[in-house]
Amino acid sequence: MNNILVFPMVLPIIVGVLLLFFRSNPNIQRWCSVLTMVVVFLISLWILEKVMNEGILRLDFGEWAPPFGITFVADAFAMLLVSTASLVSILCLLYAVFARDERREKFFLYPFLLLLVAGVNGAFLTGDLFNLFVCFEVMLLASYVLMTLGGEKKQLTEGIKYILINILSSWFFLLGIAYMYGTLGTLNLAQLSQRIAEAGQPPLLTTISILFLIVFSLKAGLVLYFWLPGSYGALPTAVSALFAALLTKVGVYALFRFFTLLFYHEPSITHTIIGLMAIVTMVGGSLGAIAYVDLSKIAAYNVVIAIGFILVGLASHNVEAIQGSIYYLIHDILVKGLLFLLIGTVIYLSGKTRFHQASGLITNYPLLGWIFLITILSLGGIPPFSGFAGKLLIGQGALGAGEYVLTAVAFLSSLFVLYSLLRIFLNMFWGETSIRTQNQIPLSKGMLAPCLVLAALTAGLGLGMDVVSPYVTEAAHVLMNPELYIEGALNNE
Amino acid sequence: MRENDVILQTVSKVAVFIILTFGVYLFLAGHHNPGGGFIGGLTLSSAFVLLYLAFDVETVNAGIPMDYKMVAATGVLISVFSGMGALLFGSAFLSQTFAYFDLPIFGKTELATVVLFESGIALGVVGVVVTIMISISEDV
Amino acid sequence: METMITLVVGVLVSVATYLLLSKNLIRVVLGTAILSHAVHLLLMTMGGLKIGSVPILGDHVDTYTDALPQALILTAIVISFAVTAFFLVLVYRTYQSTGTDNLQQMRGTNDE
Repeated sequence: MNNILVFPMVLPIIVGVLLLFFRSNPNIQRWCSVLTMVVVFLISLWILEKVMNEGILRLDFGEWAPPFGITFVADAFAMLLVSTASLVSILCLLYAVFARDERREKFFLYPFLLLLVAGVNGAFLTGDLFNLFVCFEVMLLASYVLMTLGGEKKQLTEGIKYILINILSSWFFLLGIAYMYGTLGTLNLAQLSQRIAEAGQPPLLTTISILFLIVFSLKAGLVLYFWLPGSYGALPTAVSALFAALLTKVGVYALFRFFTLLFYHEPSITHTIIGLMAIVTMVGGSLGAIAYVDLSKIAAYNVVIAIGFILVGLASHNVEAIQGSIYYLIHDILVKGLLFLLIGTVIYLSGKTRFHQASGLITNYPLLGWIFLITILSLGGIPPFSGFAGKLLIGQGALGAGEYVLTAVAFLSSLFVLYSLLRIFLNMFWGETSIRTQNQIPLSKGMLAPCLVLAALTAGLGLGMDVVSPYVTEAAHVLMNPELYIEGALNNE
Repeated sequence: MRENDVILQTVSKVAVFIILTFGVYLFLAGHHNPGGGFIGGLTLSSAFVLLYLAFDVETVNAGIPMDYKMVAATGVLISVFSGMGALLFGSAFLSQTFAYFDLPIFGKTELATVVLFESGIALGVVGVVVTIMISISEDV
Repeated sequence: METMITLVVGVLVSVATYLLLSKNLIRVVLGTAILSHAVHLLLMTMGGLKIGSVPILGDHVDTYTDALPQALILTAIVISFAVTAFFLVLVYRTYQSTGTDNLQQMRGTNDE
């Protein structure tokens, strides 16, 4: 019995719902939600430590033994992501607190942010296919509301497209679940893995796996990313940072779970397709990132490139590459949150949405400028920062698997990332200042602080690799050995 | 604004109570027979919707001064806390139990903790459905 | 029986696809509602359509109904109910603020 496992999901829900009663008091809303996420973060770190010491933990809801009931299963991979996600949510919430968007705060901004985090954490922890669907929907419903909160025209029209595309992908998800249940008669991930292994993954199951590949690709923005730039561009800063950091990563998490735990018997089909999709994603993302001059579009296409890059690790399917992907996933959650916070801050300060409309911001806001440079270096995978380790390991793994084209495209895409963001930096931060000192909008310390913390984290994660590496090694070890997960998720001691 | 709706109003005055009773019956029946929190809640909320249809929003709001968003929130809280209650007894989250009691009037009665959970669901459904109906109809 | 339900699912999906492809927003909303009902039926069929037995598995039971698909469908119905309701309100608000319910006129911002 590990009731502690349910807290990363239930605590945000309880507080989020309680906050509905404090609509008139924004200060309670602000600080309660930040405090909740701090508590969730600490709890998830504690669980992670426990997982490292005691192995995979499991909670049976209502004491229904698996495979009959709903279970939460915590392995190192899931807990690493829960911890990172909670950390980023703390900082995004802090940013929202200091951004003081009172119109949105009055319409339950914080409760829905908390529900979103609850859905994300639930999706990471669940050990059951249908519960994964439910957690996705909790997350998506919260994201629909956040997407349209504020009711600007652009938000509404983009929101309709976003909802429509997600309804469609949820439909495919249910379709996949129906087929899976029809063929295998269970929805518990561990038992599914056992039964697929017994059947040796015949063509029918491979087809079903492709169905799930489509579903999660839509959520993650792998190839099917056409909805992503428009939607993310219509959001307020803190929300867009949280979306960029978390929503696509849940799709990536699901892809990793599915194609390491369930459908790993036919890598020549499924993993080749994933590799091809990763290539298309990286090429398309790179083109988008250099084609646009709109800041939020460039940032959104950078999200797309990163998704492709992480999936290179899955396509290579060996320990090193998976380790690299996990590193990169953690790095990307942190640094994409940071990138979107910075882009939002820059747009707020300069009042311009395109990069050639402003210049010389570094004279006005020196600290912001240097943080932006750190972000770029980290995203490009320059050594002391956190992107480097992931890129290196993914590269080694992909070369080890003989995926030369994949490796080449992956590292070319890094150049495009660097180029697209340096272009913003050189245009907007370098040169003659376009904002006079007396017209300068003051940058509140509260808005800068979350960015500073995230920048410090990405530097710290790069320098302090040794602290994280045992966790990542353990996570990759479980991912590459499905029987460990099955043992942890099904044993009845 | 609208045509003569005496018949609708007169009928709904009676029908609302029948629907409410049926809703409560369905809610309680859910333990062993078809029914339960969700279905009971939907039936209950249909009574409220009927009221809003027959009379206008202002009249009903004056008669039943409730914020349905808060009803929904209360419902969710009751459900979650009934799940958390199991933690106090050292059981897993969402564990339920039941026992038989000899009550004065009812005789031997089965009391189950799942009723708490279900009542939360019912409140949640009522709150959400009525909120949706009001927010769609508000500014027509 | 299974064949018939499958055919019904097919019909529902094609109707929904037709509705989804139209430019009128209300039709699109109806399309998504029908789409979700189609997949609920499919879930039910995949769980096996057995008639006249209870979802209890005992020692001397020959037939029993699988309760899991029903639980899944109930959850899925609740979710699709919430999504449809939200979508409907959103479409209405969009209609108010843009003055059109034609998807063609809601294409992205026309810059660049």
